[in-house]
Amino acid sequence: MLRAQLARCMVSMATRACVSQDGAGSAAGGPVEAAIRAKLEQALSPEVLELRNESGGHAVPAGSETHFRVAVVSSRFEGMSPLQRHRLVHAALSEELAGPVHALAIQAKTPAQWRENPQLDTSPPCLGGSKKTRGTS
Amino acid sequence: MNASLSRAAAALLRWGRGAGGGGGLPGVGVRAASSGGQAEQLDALVKKDKVVVFLKGTPEQPQCGFSNAVVQILRLHGVRDYAAYNVLDDPELRQGIKDYSNWPTIPQVYLNGEFVGGCDILLQMHQNGDLVEELKKLGIRSALIDEKNQDSK
Repeated sequence: MLRAQLARCMVSMATRACVSQDGAGSAAGGPVEAAIRAKLEQALSPEVLELRNESGGHAVPAGSETHFRVAVVSSRFEGMSPLQRHRLVHAALSEELAGPVHALAIQAKTPAQWRENPQLDTSPPCLGGSKKTRGTS
Repeated sequence: MNASLSRAAAALLRWGRGAGGGGGLPGVGVRAASSGGQAEQLDALVKKDKVVVFLKGTPEQPQCGFSNAVVQILRLHGVRDYAAYNVLDDPELRQGIKDYSNWPTIPQVYLNGEFVGGCDILLQMHQNGDLVEELKKLGIRSALIDEKNQDSK
């Protein structure tokens, strides 16, 4: 059944390692990563903060700090809708988002929600972005 | 003269309508902009259809994994008739929608004229059943309801 297959694909897309994410290209973490961490720590006092530079999986030069995935766990999120939580994260990182950070995948959870599923997901594979020209397969 | 919204109209795809994709260009009703009217026009754009998405690429050929995720989720739910705008076609739209939504990234999803979020939020809504409910409020019956009923027989 095609739909069932698509459903499985969708669920696995959020969790499988479809893009190499070992972070080997930026083992030390660059300045943007450090800034993101610092600002989220300050703004949200998170219980858990997991940050991954996913730039290596996208059409950008090696060593870039343009695509990130972050899991922020904070009791400040209690009672907030996903939209409100994401906006809070955006507000903390407004400078980075106006600057070098091109993509930010966010998991914003309360401590209880995080305990149910304590993992940083992986992002779907890059499809080339604006560098992909029309007509190519 | 600001013709960005005319270009946005040209980037409109009405998915599932007529043969192939890409039909439905005329009669979009987006006026050519006078300066300062972009917010107004985007307001009209997001309210014109029940489901409106701003993507990189098109539903037939997404050019970003996150935009593709939005397309796939809508497809899973059997949502065929939605407005999709390709921000890669129009730099002014690309920036304009970020300003209008006060949201820094693409893709962006609007349901019933209201901003819902990006790919992460839509995926969350899909996984926890909220999307089925929100579509129901719009009079759209998610295809996953039928599949679920089928599976439990």
